[in-house]
Amino acid sequence: MYDAWKILVGLAIFLGLFTFAFWMNAGKAAPVPEPKIDTPEIKKMAVKQCVEDKEYMRTTHMQLVNVWRDQALRDGNREFINQKGEKYVISLQNTCLKCHSNKKEFCDACHNYTAIAPYCWDCHIVPPEEPKEEPREESKGNES
Amino acid sequence: MSMDRRQFIKIAGMSALFGLGGKGAFEFLRPGALEASEHGHGVEYVPEEPAEVAKRWGMTIDVQKCGEPGVVEKCIKACHSTHNIPDFGDSKNQVKWLWQDDYEHTFAGNENSYMDDRVKELPFLCLCNHCDEPPCVRVCPTKATFRRPDGVVAMDYHRCIGCRFCMAGCPYGSRSFNWFDPRNALNQKEYNLDFPTRMKGVVEKCNFCVERLAQDKLPACVEAAPEALAFGDLADPDSSVRQILRKRSSMRRKLELGTKPSVFYLV
Repeated sequence: MYDAWKILVGLAIFLGLFTFAFWMNAGKAAPVPEPKIDTPEIKKMAVKQCVEDKEYMRTTHMQLVNVWRDQALRDGNREFINQKGEKYVISLQNTCLKCHSNKKEFCDACHNYTAIAPYCWDCHIVPPEEPKEEPREESKGNES
Repeated sequence: MSMDRRQFIKIAGMSALFGLGGKGAFEFLRPGALEASEHGHGVEYVPEEPAEVAKRWGMTIDVQKCGEPGVVEKCIKACHSTHNIPDFGDSKNQVKWLWQDDYEHTFAGNENSYMDDRVKELPFLCLCNHCDEPPCVRVCPTKATFRRPDGVVAMDYHRCIGCRFCMAGCPYGSRSFNWFDPRNALNQKEYNLDFPTRMKGVVEKCNFCVERLAQDKLPACVEAAPEALAFGDLADPDSSVRQILRKRSSMRRKLELGTKPSVFYLV
């Protein structure tokens, strides 16, 4: 092999650059998010219970919300009956966010961690959070 | 690599077999798995059968009563605050759910040459007519706008791609495009938190307050001015609107187009 050391050095530099992102961030894994459920509405509940059980909501809430949207909007059926037979009104703004009024600490915690940006909030309004956090991120594009 | 005809046909045949038989092969190897991933993702929902007696929502607008000061304004205000409708301050970007126009434009083609001054000056409330044969629904390529069994022509903003075919299709100008983010022209403190806003790039229009009808409430404009507007089931001969329509003569907009509007103007 001609110019072996040149090739090897080149390969080493290439591999170094190629894997830059990995070794640069090695050992700096973002902490696993812990979505908070300490909103006033949830604190009031005797049994802390979402529309379905926790594991189901954790893995399937996106599909559930998708089904909800078609069911409520397209079929006009705004009643959800969960696996236990309990009834809920289908509404992202008025049912989900009524309890989970802390979007930043609840929704965004995992969504940011997994780097997904659902477009729910382009239209659906996030209720104003606790007064301490008055300047919300939404207000940046709001001139009037 | 060289290939003779025999080899080529063998390979092409096998490829075609696997290509065409993709779904079948899936079903053979993992029965039900493909179907499950296509529909519902394990969340079960079966749409209900439509109710046996389909209702037909309709509205009557008393033109004389609308001529009284403040009536039109309070209807529009109620509608706009209920549905978070932005006011960009110019007619080009106006978002119209409920708006006012004059006789000449509301009933274009029906105007007399010598109209009396009173009618000429009257404000006419305009809104989506929730047609029986809605042209907007026919032209929508994504079924983002659709006619519900109760006659309401509804919008699914999740599906709207902003192509504006429906705006071209609607003969009443009842649809508006969001050229800008509507939140820029809304006061955040005045949001109605029970209803979403829209986003930039979708078409919007009056929804006959379906979200209020679902709670057995009247539309916001009817609630604001019950003296001028009435709302009810056109399919029920004893409903409020049918009783009114039996007593008063009425007009509908652009009947000649065959859209069969469900908004009646009482004259």
